[in-house]
Amino acid sequence: MSDDRPVGEANSRYDQARYIENGEYEPLLSAKDLTRVEIGGGSGDGGDESDGTGSDASPLPDDLTRDSLELPELSEPELARHYTRLSQMIYGIDSGPYPLGSCTMKYNPKFTEDVAALPSAAVHPDRSEGSVQGTLELLYRLQDYLGRIGGMDAVTLQPPAGAAGEFVGIRVAAAYHEHNGEGHRDEVIVPESAHGTNFASAALGGYDVVSLPSDDEGRVDLEALEAALSENTAALMLTNPNTLGLFERDITEIAEMVHDVGGLLYYDGANLNALLGRARPGDMGFDVMHYNVHKTFATPHGGGGPGAGPVGVVDDLAPFLPTPRVRERDEGSKSSDPVYERFEPEHTIGKVHGFDGNWLVLVKAFAYIARLGDEGLADASASAVLNANYLAEQVEYDVPYGPFHHEFVASAGGQDAADVAKRMLDYGVHPPTTKWPEIVPEALMTEPTEVESKATLDRLAAAFNAVAGEETETLEHAPERTTARRIDQTSAARTPQLSWQALEDE
Amino acid sequence: MHGSHATGSPYAPHTEEDRTAMLEAVDADTVEDLFDIPADVRFEDGFDIDARTERETRRLVRSVLGRNDDLTELLGRGHYGYYIPSLVDHLADRSEFLTSYTQYQPEISQGFLQALFEYQSLLVELTGLEVANCSMYDAATALGEAATLADRIRDTTGHRVLVPERLRAERQSTLENYVAGTDLAVETYPVEDGNVDLAALEETIDEEVVMLYAENPTVRGTIEEHLDAVGDLANDNDALFVLGSDPIALSVLQRPADVGADVVIGDASVLGLPTSYGMGLGLFATREDYLRQVPGRLVGASEDATDRRAFTLTLQTREQHIRRERATSNICTNQAWVALRTAMHAAVLGPSGMVDLAERDVRRARDLAARLDGIVGVKAPVHDRHHLREFVARVDQPATAVAEDLERRGFAVHVLGDHEIQVCVAGVSDDRIDRFAEAFAEVAR
Repeated sequence: MSDDRPVGEANSRYDQARYIENGEYEPLLSAKDLTRVEIGGGSGDGGDESDGTGSDASPLPDDLTRDSLELPELSEPELARHYTRLSQMIYGIDSGPYPLGSCTMKYNPKFTEDVAALPSAAVHPDRSEGSVQGTLELLYRLQDYLGRIGGMDAVTLQPPAGAAGEFVGIRVAAAYHEHNGEGHRDEVIVPESAHGTNFASAALGGYDVVSLPSDDEGRVDLEALEAALSENTAALMLTNPNTLGLFERDITEIAEMVHDVGGLLYYDGANLNALLGRARPGDMGFDVMHYNVHKTFATPHGGGGPGAGPVGVVDDLAPFLPTPRVRERDEGSKSSDPVYERFEPEHTIGKVHGFDGNWLVLVKAFAYIARLGDEGLADASASAVLNANYLAEQVEYDVPYGPFHHEFVASAGGQDAADVAKRMLDYGVHPPTTKWPEIVPEALMTEPTEVESKATLDRLAAAFNAVAGEETETLEHAPERTTARRIDQTSAARTPQLSWQALEDE
Repeated sequence: MHGSHATGSPYAPHTEEDRTAMLEAVDADTVEDLFDIPADVRFEDGFDIDARTERETRRLVRSVLGRNDDLTELLGRGHYGYYIPSLVDHLADRSEFLTSYTQYQPEISQGFLQALFEYQSLLVELTGLEVANCSMYDAATALGEAATLADRIRDTTGHRVLVPERLRAERQSTLENYVAGTDLAVETYPVEDGNVDLAALEETIDEEVVMLYAENPTVRGTIEEHLDAVGDLANDNDALFVLGSDPIALSVLQRPADVGADVVIGDASVLGLPTSYGMGLGLFATREDYLRQVPGRLVGASEDATDRRAFTLTLQTREQHIRRERATSNICTNQAWVALRTAMHAAVLGPSGMVDLAERDVRRARDLAARLDGIVGVKAPVHDRHHLREFVARVDQPATAVAEDLERRGFAVHVLGDHEIQVCVAGVSDDRIDRFAEAFAEVAR
């Protein structure tokens, strides 16, 4: 049906910035300058003659200091150009569509940067409670927002990323079972198609991971689940909709099965953007969940982080959450403003971050939720699901599983999915996640999010379809129009060069 | 007209016409038809969260955060508020940096990869170790990762992890959570006048110890004097020697590689972030020997099809998205953008600026301690050691009362015990330090 759409080079050519100097792309800082500064000359008392001649010598004795430090010493204008050029060699959400499945690359509203940069947000974590009432109030209100959105009774904001949230969930589950005299439970069940972090987080918590195959429809296989569940089950970790974008229709039954053997049900919040205002993990029988605020609540991914992975739990698990949480002081306060305080949950697992997590990210998430409100959040999901369905309809690749929600997994069929992705770069779009989940051969896992217009989705579909019609050789030689051409991964791993110092050894 | 704007997400650009055409294309009457959710788990209610305009939302956040008192913070103990040059904010906020994902498509992500490669190189120079990853969450989680690394690479039968008794409780608790899934047990060793008590450490360490942790500077701001001896003790017992520090301290203090450190962890965001309620950047560097066991992301240099040097994430078979439950860590999303900021801040300072910053604070902390020591009822510093940027003072008055009085005068300090206060000069301007010393004289008497 997209035959009449403009495809091909002439209509969607893309060229990323590419500087070449002395046969290289933008040189390393170390190629621009390296200056060695000597340290020392101090007896340790030299600084006592405070601003006299002593200030040249180190205020520390030589045996406590290093000899020298060698790093680039460049002027501010030189650095401004360096980093501006680097930025131009990066494709971001503001550059074009970014349908990376499972990553929810939605537009990051600019104003959230402004509120996170407020001087009043720049406070130290060891300040007295009374002097950071604003911070505590914001944390309290965000705990409350997230609780409502997920249908959870209590929330901790401490985990600094989704995987850290999973780890908290696993530790909370362990503490809960231990508390109930069921410390023997040593297995966590994870569907084959789950995010890699689920397996790794369970393993980090010391659990044996039981991998669960899916049924022919791409959902949890109830018979396999029945077989996997036992008195040793600590938890089942589920993503819903799952990584194929499918809602686990049997979720109520799954929850009963897990609860019947005394296990807990964990919700991986990576795909929560599909459900806002339509369904809540708490209502589905989940006991514990994490939220990826850098996905669902639009805080920027920043090239790989920082994110935040708050965790919500049902009442029974609240006493085990990390410390501290924030609550409103119940004593009747005289002023009209409520007073907030930190408190330690009764059976807390302790800390999972040195302080209280990624505060500045939490400020942005709070601002996003407060901006959208009920209607905006519900529309985000509706538009995300509409966009995924519309895009899938326009794409010529086969989409074997459905009905999907915010994302779909197409199959590149006879083409290599990784090569398809490289070639899509030449059409000015970011490609989908590739080769995962493995249940779909040569998977193209695609999540356009709600922020793309119909016109952009049409352009994106044109990119998919143009590549679908291209020869293997073309794909293998892609990309051509990006800053760098295809990069040799094998030699990067075989002879690791991980610093400019390592390059000098060449 | 963008139909969704009145009632929907302000960031969904669909017009009513678009929506209608798209629904038609997918053969649905309404968007609700696309949700395959059983009736019994459908959520029919609302969250009761009001939508706001951008301006209203900014006002809301400003008003909530406005309840924070505007204090001059003389606070440290692992989180610092150095001045951040404007270049860092302006360039790190370029949307290509801010709005891109992990560099799974390196050909369109060269700029970020290069910045992270430069960050790794900065840490290699500072630590003298060959390998630095491009971030953990913070110092506490990096310490936890160091312990699981020790667990993986040490062949000993032992399970002991030794940390100083003065370690921040939050850091120790995080470490304990990270090792909960292993057989490792965290124990403390004594400190003497702020620093490692070598004799006591020698007594407690044995071949059952898989990891020995020390910090330089210590949490009480003192500089360790016999780190090489600590390193020797670790080495003699075949324990992994893990050293906690940060980039500013590392610019002047003994190079970790020179004292036998196997791993360096710490908070690298002392450069790059202002005080951020504890948000950090986990520094993690180690020896090349342990390369294949390193947690987190690594950027390496390679070549592209035109034979030009290009950068890419490498050795990904260590990571969770490939190795799953056998990965070296569960970390995925990390602190990449903070690492970028740290690299930028270090670049603005240059080596001379970094050394100056560290040395200036050594002098300023010493001068302030001397001033406070001159106040009747105050002894500062408590420890007869060199200090990097913070120190502990003893006050005859109850410490909480002193801190409360100082807070009323606009200053925040740490209360450590009944009569101990900790004071940090990092990022505090000279004139504020003057005023602080005056205020201290008034309240401590």
